[in-house]
Amino acid sequence: MNAHAREFNEAARQQTADLGQRDWIQKALAGYYAKRDEFKNRFSNWQGARDTAAAVKWEAVNHLDRYLDEFASRLEARGAKVFWAPGAQEARDYIVGVARQHKVRAIIKSKSMTAEEIHLNDALEQAGFEVVESDLGEYIVQLRQEPPYHLVFPAMHLRRQQISDLFHDRLGSERTNNPEDLTMIARRVMRRKYCEADMGISGANFAIAETGMISITENEGNARLTTSLPKVHVAIVGIEKVLPRLSDLALFLPMLATAGAGQPITCYNTLYGGPRQPGEPDGPGEFHVVLLDNRRTELLADAEQRDALHCIRCGACLNVCPIFKNVGGHSYGTTYQGPIGSVITPHLRGLQDWKHLSQASSLCGACTETCPVKINLHHHLLHNRRNAIHARPARLEKLVQTGFVFMMRRPRLYEWGARVGRILQPLQRLVRGTILDPLRAWTKTRSFPPLAEKSFRELWRERKKP
Amino acid sequence: MDQFYPQTGMNIVRVLERLGHSVDYPEAQTCCGQPAFNSGYWDEARAVAERQMTVFHDAEIVVIASGSCGAMLKVFYPELFQGHPRESEARALAAKTFEFSDFLVNRLGVLDVGARFSGRATFHDGCHGLRELGLKNPPRQLLQHVRGLELVEMQEAETCCGFGGTFAVKFPMISTAMGEVKCVSIAETGADYVISNDSSCLMQIRGVLDRQGKSVRTLHLAEVLAQT
Amino acid sequence: MTNREIILGRIREALKITAPHPAFHDGPVTAPPLPASPQKWLPPVGGTLEEQIELFRRNAEDLKAGFRECTNVNEAGQYVKTLALAGGWKKIGLHSGDWTDPVARELGLPEVRTDGGYAVNDLESCDAGLTECEALVAQTGSVLVSAPGAGGRALSVLPPHHVVLARRSQMVPDLTAALQRVQEKFKDKFPSFLSFISGPSRTGDIERILVLGAHGPKKLTILLLP
Ligand code: SF4
Repeated sequence: MNAHAREFNEAARQQTADLGQRDWIQKALAGYYAKRDEFKNRFSNWQGARDTAAAVKWEAVNHLDRYLDEFASRLEARGAKVFWAPGAQEARDYIVGVARQHKVRAIIKSKSMTAEEIHLNDALEQAGFEVVESDLGEYIVQLRQEPPYHLVFPAMHLRRQQISDLFHDRLGSERTNNPEDLTMIARRVMRRKYCEADMGISGANFAIAETGMISITENEGNARLTTSLPKVHVAIVGIEKVLPRLSDLALFLPMLATAGAGQPITCYNTLYGGPRQPGEPDGPGEFHVVLLDNRRTELLADAEQRDALHCIRCGACLNVCPIFKNVGGHSYGTTYQGPIGSVITPHLRGLQDWKHLSQASSLCGACTETCPVKINLHHHLLHNRRNAIHARPARLEKLVQTGFVFMMRRPRLYEWGARVGRILQPLQRLVRGTILDPLRAWTKTRSFPPLAEKSFRELWRERKKP
Repeated sequence: MDQFYPQTGMNIVRVLERLGHSVDYPEAQTCCGQPAFNSGYWDEARAVAERQMTVFHDAEIVVIASGSCGAMLKVFYPELFQGHPRESEARALAAKTFEFSDFLVNRLGVLDVGARFSGRATFHDGCHGLRELGLKNPPRQLLQHVRGLELVEMQEAETCCGFGGTFAVKFPMISTAMGEVKCVSIAETGADYVISNDSSCLMQIRGVLDRQGKSVRTLHLAEVLAQT
Repeated sequence: MTNREIILGRIREALKITAPHPAFHDGPVTAPPLPASPQKWLPPVGGTLEEQIELFRRNAEDLKAGFRECTNVNEAGQYVKTLALAGGWKKIGLHSGDWTDPVARELGLPEVRTDGGYAVNDLESCDAGLTECEALVAQTGSVLVSAPGAGGRALSVLPPHHVVLARRSQMVPDLTAALQRVQEKFKDKFPSFLSFISGPSRTGDIERILVLGAHGPKKLTILLLP
C-alpha cells in the first residue's frame, strides 16, 4: 500500500468513527436534497435536459481543438492576453510573473478549484504576495489553513461556534453564534481588501467559444468585485471548460445551480469578454486568461473515460455519495473530492498512487444517476480498477483471483470447497472477531451468516429425486 | 445464494412453479464472476463468465435471484466481451436474463403471485437492481399485492447499504458506517421486516442489525412471495 | 513550438480515437445537431407579456428581490424616494440615463456618477446604486446588465442597495432570448462585462443557512416602467 492509500485509510477510519461529524454532514445536506428536488421538478424535463447537456459537452470536448482555438482568438481580438499552460508549473510561473510585472501589493481571489489544483496561493505567497480568498467559505478554510472540504461548499464541515472562534482569534471580532453576524464580519474585512487589491484572480465555470468569454457563477458577489475593482484580472481556466455557443448557457446555468446548490439559478452569472473596453467606466486594464492543460489531455486520450472532462464541477455527485458523506472531504487528500475526484485524480496525478480511491467505492451508482452531464462515474471507477491491475497486478490478490477462476470453472471443485468450508466453520466461530479470524475485516463490526447446512444444489438434487 | 441462502433459491422455484413454469437449475453453474470483475481482474472474470455462458447457452430464460448478479450478466457481460469473439453470445445471454422481480412483472406481467404474509415491512433497493437494471417499481408492485403485508418506505431506501463486494472487507470501516446509516433508517420505520431482492445486501444489513442489537428481520423478496 | 501549438497538438493526438456519443433518451445514438434552444426541457414560461411579468414577479419574490410596476417615471421617482427615506440614504451612485436621471433628480441626494470613471472609495460609501439594464428574464427572475448599459461593473454590486429601472419591452421569456437580444444589439462589439443578477447577494457558507448581502447588495429592487 502506498503512502496516499495509507493516509486515506487512516483518515477514513478516524472520520467514520466520528459519529457526530457523520451526522453533521448528513444533516447539512438534508436541505439541499429537498431544494434540489423542488427545482428539478420545475424543469419541463430534467432527464431531457441532462441528455442535451451531455450532448453539448460531448460536442465541445470532442472538438476541443477547434473550440479552444476559437475561444482564444476571440478573446485576444478584444485585447485579452491568453496564456496556454501545458502544466501547473508554467501556469504558476506565468501568474507570479504578471504579479511581479505590475508590482502588485495585494491580491484578492475568488473561488477557483483549478487554482487549488495547481496550488497557486502557495506559489504566490512564496513569491512574497499576499493573497486573500474572498468567497466566505474559502476565506474560512484559508484562515484555518486547510483545503476546501467540498468543491462547492468549502466550509460545510464547520459549525458556527468554530467559525466564531476562528474570527475571534484571527480577526479579533466579538464572538457570536449568529450566521448573519459572522457573514457581516467577513463582509467588512473583505470590503477593505477589494478596494486595496491591485490584482484579482478568478476561475471560470464556462469558456464560451462563439463569443470568446468566460462565465463565472457565484452567489456572494465576491467574484464580481474581484474582477471589477483591481487593475489586473487573471482568470485560470481548465481547457475542458469550453462550451460551443453563448446560447448553451441558457441550459447550463440553471442546471448547474439546480444540481449543485439546489437553487433555480445562482445569484450572479457573469460573462467577461476582455479588459475594460473603450467607453466603459471601469474594469481591469489587463485581462489574462490562463488555459490549463495539466494532464487533462491525457484524460482526453482515454476515449473510454473522456466524458469525465464533461464535468461542470457542480458537486452533485459528492452530495449523494455515501462514501463522501461518511469519510468527509478531507480524507481524500485530493483537490477534487468525491466520485469525480476518485475518477480523475488517477489521471491527473498518477494511477498507481491514487487507484485506492477507485477501490474505495461500493459502486452504488448514485453519482452517475445524479450527474447533470451524465458522466459514467461509477463505471469509470471499475475502469480505473481494471487499468490499475492491468498495469501492475497485486501479487497476493492475483493469486486469490486465479484460484477463484480455477474453482469457479470447475463446479465439482467448487462444491468440494464449500464442504470443506462447512467443516472449518465451527473453528472460525472460536476465533471470531480476533486477529486469527480470516473473516476479521467483516466480523469485527458485523455478524457473518453461517453456511447453510445444505447448499441449494443439494436441496435441488434431493427435490428432483422421485 | 447457493451456500448461504439456499432457501431463497428454493422459494424462487416455488413461486415460479406455482405460476406454472418449469424450472431447471444447471448444476454446472457457479459464480457470475463479479468478484473478479469488480476487483479489476477482467481477464479472470471473463474466464468465469465464459463458463456460465456455456452452461446457460440453451436456456430459454435465465432468472436470477439477486439484482447484483443480474446486473453482471445483463450490463457487464456485454462490456466485458466487447470486441471478443463471444460478444454476441454475451449479448444474447444478457437479453434473456431477468432478475426475479423483473421477470415476474415485466416479462410475465404478474403483480399478484397469490402470496400471503402478515407484518410491517420496508423495502431496501439493492443498488445494482435499482440503478443498473432500473428496477425501482417491480419489487414494490409485487409486495403491494401480498395479502396482510404493510409496506412502509424508509427515508434512505435508495442509499447503498455499504456491501459492495470486496469493498466490504477492503474498507470495512466505510462499509460498516454505510450499513449503520442504512439500519438507522430501517429502524426508524418501525418495520418488523426489511425485504430486498439482493441477498448480499441482506447479508450486510443482517450483519449490522445484529451488532446494533435490533430485532428487525431480513427477508429476500422470494421468501415473502413464496408464502401462501 | 509555442505552448498553444503544444497543447492543441496534444488535443488533436488524443482525439484521433472518437468517444461514443452519449445516447439521447428517446433519439438517435449518433451525434444529433444541438438544439438551438433548450426551452423544451426548462421550466415553462407563458406566451404573453402579462404572463411573463407575473412569472417574473413570483420569481423575484422567491429570490427575495423587490419588484414593482410603475405607470410613469414620476411614480418610480416617488417610490425610490420612499426607499431612500426608509434606508436613510445619504449618497447614491448612478450612471446617466433616460430613467436614472429623472429619478435621481427626484431624490436630490449627493451623487457619484460612474460614467467617466470614479474613485472606488467614493462609490463604496454610496448607500444605493441606480442602474438601467439590458433585459429582465421571466423564467428565472434575473436582471441582465452590461458594462455600457449599467454604469460599468461595480455600480450594480458595490453599494448595499441596487435599484434597477427597466422597461416593459425589456421583459423576455428566458435566458436564450436574453442572450439573443444582447447578441443582436452588440454584434461584434460585445462589452467586456455582462451579468445576470438573480436576487440580492447571498451565501449559505455557514451551516448552509441563507444570509443576504454576503459581499454584494443586501437589497435588490426592480422597477418596471412602461
Ligand atoms: S461529475 Fe457530474 S455531478 Fe460530479 S461534479 Fe462533475 S458534473 Fe457535477
